[in-house]
Amino acid sequence: MARSNFAIKRQPGFATIAIFCFALLYLPIATLVVFAFNAGRSVAIWEGFSLRWFQQAWNNDLVLEASIRSVQIASTAAIIATVAATMAAIATTRTKPYRGLTAKYAFINQPLMIPEIVTAVALLIVFSRIKVATGYSGLGYLIAAHTAFCIPFAYLPIRARLESMDLTLETAAADLYATPWKAFTRITLPLLWPGIIAGLMLAFVISLDDVVITEFVKSGGQDTLPTYMLGQLRRVVTPEMNAISTVFLLISILIVTLFFFISRRRT
Amino acid sequence: MPATPDRNAIDVRSVSKIFGSGADRVAALDNVSVVIRENEFFTLLGPSGCGKTTLLRLIAGFDFPTEGQILLHGQDIAPLPPFKRPVNTVFQSYALFPHMTVAQNIGFGLEMLGKPMDEVTARVDQMLKLVKMEALRNRKTSQISGGQQQRVARARALAPQPKVLLLDEPLSALDYKLRKEMQIELKRLQHETGITFIFVTHDQEEALTMSDRIAVMSSGKILQVGSPWDIYDKPSERFVADFIGETNFLTAKVEPAEGGKANAILSSGKVISATVAESLVPSGEATIVVRPEHARVVKGEGHLPGVIDNIVYFGTDTNIHVRLDDGGAFIVRQQNTRSAGCGFELGEHVGILIADAAAQVLKD
Repeated sequence: MARSNFAIKRQPGFATIAIFCFALLYLPIATLVVFAFNAGRSVAIWEGFSLRWFQQAWNNDLVLEASIRSVQIASTAAIIATVAATMAAIATTRTKPYRGLTAKYAFINQPLMIPEIVTAVALLIVFSRIKVATGYSGLGYLIAAHTAFCIPFAYLPIRARLESMDLTLETAAADLYATPWKAFTRITLPLLWPGIIAGLMLAFVISLDDVVITEFVKSGGQDTLPTYMLGQLRRVVTPEMNAISTVFLLISILIVTLFFFISRRRT
Repeated sequence: MPATPDRNAIDVRSVSKIFGSGADRVAALDNVSVVIRENEFFTLLGPSGCGKTTLLRLIAGFDFPTEGQILLHGQDIAPLPPFKRPVNTVFQSYALFPHMTVAQNIGFGLEMLGKPMDEVTARVDQMLKLVKMEALRNRKTSQISGGQQQRVARARALAPQPKVLLLDEPLSALDYKLRKEMQIELKRLQHETGITFIFVTHDQEEALTMSDRIAVMSSGKILQVGSPWDIYDKPSERFVADFIGETNFLTAKVEPAEGGKANAILSSGKVISATVAESLVPSGEATIVVRPEHARVVKGEGHLPGVIDNIVYFGTDTNIHVRLDDGGAFIVRQQNTRSAGCGFELGEHVGILIADAAAQVLKD
């Protein structure tokens, strides 16, 4: 009984601090969502309920175009990154520990460590050279850049899943006449799916809301939804931005919730 | 398939397995040779770290020997990967595939061998019947009990009709009563299928109950190979005698006698007749062993006089601990009868009488 007296919940001021923190985190977002439904043109003065900004965003060709481009880039980058991450995760877990393995982990995860702006500038310089040399200026650059920074995000859940998997299962498959390839497709892969899906969704979300690298790498007319919004905010701010953000938020919440349930699923 | 008892299923020839190198170099197996006959229930027995599991893994193909050959029916299988060996394993953790049903698990090996679907189904049915699991064929393996998982693991390993079945402490996760049942079931299964079983355990009782022959291992070496009776009653070395059951060690002066026996002069000056391991010519000081149930406590002097130190009752038997007058200790196991008590009291001066030819001279 004495222990519960020291429980953090009973400390004086705990509730106040908690409420303050949650308010700080979620009030701005709540305000943003509320004003998406504002009837007036202001993002600060409430003038009544309306769905006009959602309608306007929906009818805005630029928004639609940017959204489609965002999804194109995010899905392509996420898939490529997940395939690469899966291979990397298998290579770094299904092996006896050796010198340099830790260095490899660091190498795979380094996009998480390097400041995004540094990567952005570096990519800008390299890609502009390639653009000049090849004349190609399509979405490939953005996809390549997004793939690169998505790999560590896809890698982490896949590796976690592999590490929690019983190695004896693969041994047992080999014992039962399964060639290494059969053992992989029949045993390892089916058990790894939740990790792969989780990695894929995480990579997708990360790519979807990237601003810095995209802003530097994109050519003219290659706005994604976040960079389009950034451009709009520089001019005039209407609740249309709030409406787009709200939809964006909803999609992100959906994906993250799905991610949570999939990664929690244990066999 | 009629059993030909003199054919060798597995012939392990001078196999060594070294892990690590330099200062971390560990010989998990040190020049081990052993022959396992066809249709035999053969047990590798020893404490953890003795190399028994390593030897099993080498036979299965999960590891490769540093030196030596492993012959399966005369053919060297040491370089083959596990999926090319007609040998299957029941794992300690069972290693059932959690995303498959009981039936899919059992059929996996046959499927990998490319057998036609109807043959696989028929064989799975047969195996389910053999291990009495027909009712649970479509369950996921996570939805069945430990004992049932053990049965599925066994059925899965037997389904492809391996030449040799390897069992890596498959009963250690079960509770005592279930383990006893499974011991009998395994023995029956071996008899019915006629497949050579190689069983790994650290449990000497399990080894004695189930095996046709036992190899006792310690520190990467095989110390003695023999029937349970040989191993228990005629241990060749101190380690074997000590590891298998309770034992009394005595120092005695031995001299050869007729019929491969020896006379042992005990510390009390009394002479008893002892058996001797083959190839051993006993002379001088030696250690002899006497099992607790091969001696009796008597009023008077017996072969060795002493004082009762402790009396431990455990159901069927009572162990009487005697502190010998020469300073040593001796345990006598006495079967309990209906009448109360063992007939002796703590502190009582008694003698120990050793049964004729019950003592065994060890090669020290």
